[in-house]
Amino acid sequence: MATVGRALLLLGLAVAFYGIAASVWGALRRDRRWVDSGRRSVYALAGVLTLAFAILEAAFLRSDFSFAVVASHSSTTTPAFYKATAAWSSQEGSLLLWVWLLSLWSSLVLALTRRHVREIAPVATAVLLGFGAFFLGLTAFLANPFDTLAAAPGEGAGLNPLLRHPSMMFHPPMLYSGYTLFSIPFAFAVGALVTRRLNAEWLLATRRFALAAWLCLGIGIVLGARWSYTELGWGGYWAWDPVENASLMPWLIGTAFIHSIMIQEKRGMLKVWNASLVLATGTLAILGTFLVRSGILDSIHAFGASTLGVPFLVLIGTMTIGSVALVTARRGDLRSEHRLDSLLSREAVFLLQNLILVALCFVIFWGTFFPLISEAVTGTRTSVGPPWFDRYTVPLAFALVALAGLGPLIPWRRTTLAAARRNLAFPLLVALAALVALPLVPGARAQPTALAFMVVVAFTLACIGQELWRGTRARQAVAREPAPVALVALVRRNRRRYGGYVVHAGFAVLLLGVAASSSFQHARDVSLKPGQSARVDGFQIRYVRATAHPAAEKISLGAVLDVSKDGRHVATLHTTRGFYPALDPSLGIVGRFFNGEAESEVGLRAGLGRDIWTVINPDLRPLQPVIDEGNRRFRTAMTALLRGRGDRRAVAQLFALRDAAVAGVARRFVTRPWPATFRLIVSPLATWIWIGAIITALGGLIALWPAPATARRRVTAGYAARVARELARS
Amino acid sequence: MDLLIVLLVVLAVVVLVSAPLRAGRGRTEGEEASEVAELEAAKEAKYREIRDAELDYRTGKLSAEDHAALDRTLRAEAIALLRRLDALRGRPGEVG
Repeated sequence: MATVGRALLLLGLAVAFYGIAASVWGALRRDRRWVDSGRRSVYALAGVLTLAFAILEAAFLRSDFSFAVVASHSSTTTPAFYKATAAWSSQEGSLLLWVWLLSLWSSLVLALTRRHVREIAPVATAVLLGFGAFFLGLTAFLANPFDTLAAAPGEGAGLNPLLRHPSMMFHPPMLYSGYTLFSIPFAFAVGALVTRRLNAEWLLATRRFALAAWLCLGIGIVLGARWSYTELGWGGYWAWDPVENASLMPWLIGTAFIHSIMIQEKRGMLKVWNASLVLATGTLAILGTFLVRSGILDSIHAFGASTLGVPFLVLIGTMTIGSVALVTARRGDLRSEHRLDSLLSREAVFLLQNLILVALCFVIFWGTFFPLISEAVTGTRTSVGPPWFDRYTVPLAFALVALAGLGPLIPWRRTTLAAARRNLAFPLLVALAALVALPLVPGARAQPTALAFMVVVAFTLACIGQELWRGTRARQAVAREPAPVALVALVRRNRRRYGGYVVHAGFAVLLLGVAASSSFQHARDVSLKPGQSARVDGFQIRYVRATAHPAAEKISLGAVLDVSKDGRHVATLHTTRGFYPALDPSLGIVGRFFNGEAESEVGLRAGLGRDIWTVINPDLRPLQPVIDEGNRRFRTAMTALLRGRGDRRAVAQLFALRDAAVAGVARRFVTRPWPATFRLIVSPLATWIWIGAIITALGGLIALWPAPATARRRVTAGYAARVARELARS
Repeated sequence: MDLLIVLLVVLAVVVLVSAPLRAGRGRTEGEEASEVAELEAAKEAKYREIRDAELDYRTGKLSAEDHAALDRTLRAEAIALLRRLDALRGRPGEVG
C-alpha cells in the first residue's frame, strides 16, 4: 500500500494546484462554476489525504516495517494506543497530519461559507490550497512517510519513550489544529485585502474559526505542559523552550485578534491593526511549525536537524513580505470609520490589552531567537534562560490579568467616572480583603510579588463574579426565573460575552496556579536507601521499598514512597524509571536492555492545596559488573552456537536464558538495594493550573458554540421590528 | 490492485471537482450580491451592539440617560443600514 500512499500524495498535490488555478480563474472571470470547482478541490484534497493518512495509520497498527517511518518509530512491543500516535512522532507523519488537518478545516469553512463572502472565498481557497501544496510538496519530495525499505527488519526501533504518554494522543493534533485553523482567518484576510471587501463580513465568516484555532492551540499548549509535568522528570510544566514559545506566540497574537475584531465589528475601527494581527498570527503559526522541524534551535520537542529549513524560510518570507505589501497597498481602504470616544471605554481597554499581548509576544520572540541574534552579532551563540523571560513577562502578566477583570466592567464607547466607581467598588473591596488576608498565611510574605499577583487575581475573579451576578439579577427581573435557571439562560443567550468572561476567570485561576506553584515551591534532590527519609516543606517522605518489573517492552525500576505529615499518613506514591532496550548490538547482549532510552513515571499526589511530586533516578552503575559478566558469557555462548550452526531450539533456549538473566539483573535492584536519587517537590496550588485551563477551555467552548437558531431568529426578528417601527416614524 | 485503487480515487476526484463545470453555463457574480452580504453582516453586528448596550444598561454599566442616547444612535445607524439594504434590493419601505 506504500505505492498507493505515494500516488495519493502526488494526486493531492495535483488537486491543490488545480484548485488554486480554478479559484483564481473563477475569481477573475467572476464565474461561479470555476469557483465551485476550486472549492470542491479542497473537499477532494481532504478525501485523498484522509485515505493517505488511513494507509499510514494502518501500517503503524500492523507493524509493517517495510515502511521506513514505521521501522524507525514503532515496534511490535509498542502498545496499540501508542502505535496509533507514533504516526505523528516522526517528521514525515506529522507533516502529513498537518496537511490533512488543514484540508479538513479548510473544507469545513468553505462548506459553511459557500453562500457568503463570495468574492473573498475564491482568493481564500487559493491561499489555503497554496499552504496545502507547500506541505504536500514537502511530504511528497523531502519527507515522504510512504518511503519503503529494501528489506523490512524483523523489529522496529520503537517509539521514543518520552512520547509514551496519553497527552501525546491529543497534544500534536490539537497544536496542529490550532496552527491550521489560524491559516483560515489568514487566508480570508488575504482575500478581503485583495478584493477590498474589508468590512465586517469576512470577520463574521471566520471569527468562529479564529476562536476554534485559539481554543485548540491553547488546549495543545496545556497538554504539552501537562506532559512536561508528569513525564519529563524535572518537575516543571514550562521551561521557555523554543518550541513551547513557538506555540505561545501565535496564541498570544490570536488572543489579541479575537478581542480587537470586536472593535472592528462594532465600531469599524482598527482595520489596519486587525489585518496586521491576523496576518501575523498566520505567519507565526508557520514559524512555530518551522521551529519544530528545522532544528535551527535546540529543543527537546524538535525533530532535530532537517532539510526543511530553507523551504520554510521561503514560505515565511513570502508571507511576511506579502502581508506587509498587502496592508500597505490597502491602507486607504482600511481607514477607521470612527474614533475612540473615550479612554474610559471598552475599546480603550481592548487596545491596551492588545498592546500588552503584542509586547509579550515580542519579548518571547526576542528571547527565543536570541541565540541566533547573538550568534549573528557576536559570533557566539548565547541563550537566555527562564529568569530573563520572567523579568519581562511577569509585569506584563500582572497588567493582563487586571485588564481581564477591568474590561468586562466598562461598556463600549464611554463610561462615566461615577459608573466606573460604582462598578469597581466590590472588586476593589475583595482585592483589599485579599491584600490584608494573604500575608497572614505562614511563609507568604517571603514572596511579595506572588502575593501582589494573587491580589490582582482576586480583583479579576471578583469582577467576573459581579458580572455574572448582575447579569443573573437582570435576567431574573425580566423572566422571574430562579437564579440558577436565570444564569444558564443568560449565558445561553449571550454565549460570546459570558463565554469570554468564563475564559477570563479561567485564565486568572491558571496564572494563580502558576504564580503560587513557582514562587512557593519546595524542591529537594536526595539520595536515599530503602528505610531512609527526607523532609520537604514539613512532609516526611520515606523510601519504603524498591520495585523492579522486567518486561519485554521495558525494564521498570522504581520505589514505593510513604508520605506523612506530623506522624499522619498522607499518601503512598510509586515512581519508576523505565529503560527501553536499545538496538545497538555494541552495548552487549544483556547491556542493551539497560542502556537504551529511558522515561520517568512520576509519583504524584495532586490536591487542591498542593501537589506532592516525586521521581526516582536509579543509579545503574552498581549493576555494571554483573551486566558486563552477562555480556561476556552470552557472547561466548552465542559464538559457540553460531560456530556449531546451532539449531533454532538452541537459539530460542539461549534467548530464554538471556531474558531470565536480564530479569535477574533487574531484580537485584530489589534484592540488594543501593541508594537511588530522588527529586521531591511540594508545589502549592499546582492543580489550579489544570483547573484554570479546563475553565478556560469551557469558556472558549461556550463562546464558540452557535447560539440556538430559535433564539437568534427571535432576537433578530424582535430588533428588526423595533428598528422598523423607528424607521416608520422617522 | 494498487493501480486499481489509485485509478478509482482519481476517477472520484475528477467527478467531484468537475461537477460544477459539467452543470451548464456559468453564473456570474453581481456586485450587488456582495454588497448585500456585506450590509447584512453589518446589520447583524449592529443588532448585536444594540443588545449588548441593553445588557450593559441592565447590569449597571450604563446609566438610563447614557443608554437612551446610545440606543438612539445605534438605532439610527441600524436604520441607515436597512435603508441601504432596501435600496439595493429595490424594495423601498420594507425592512428587516
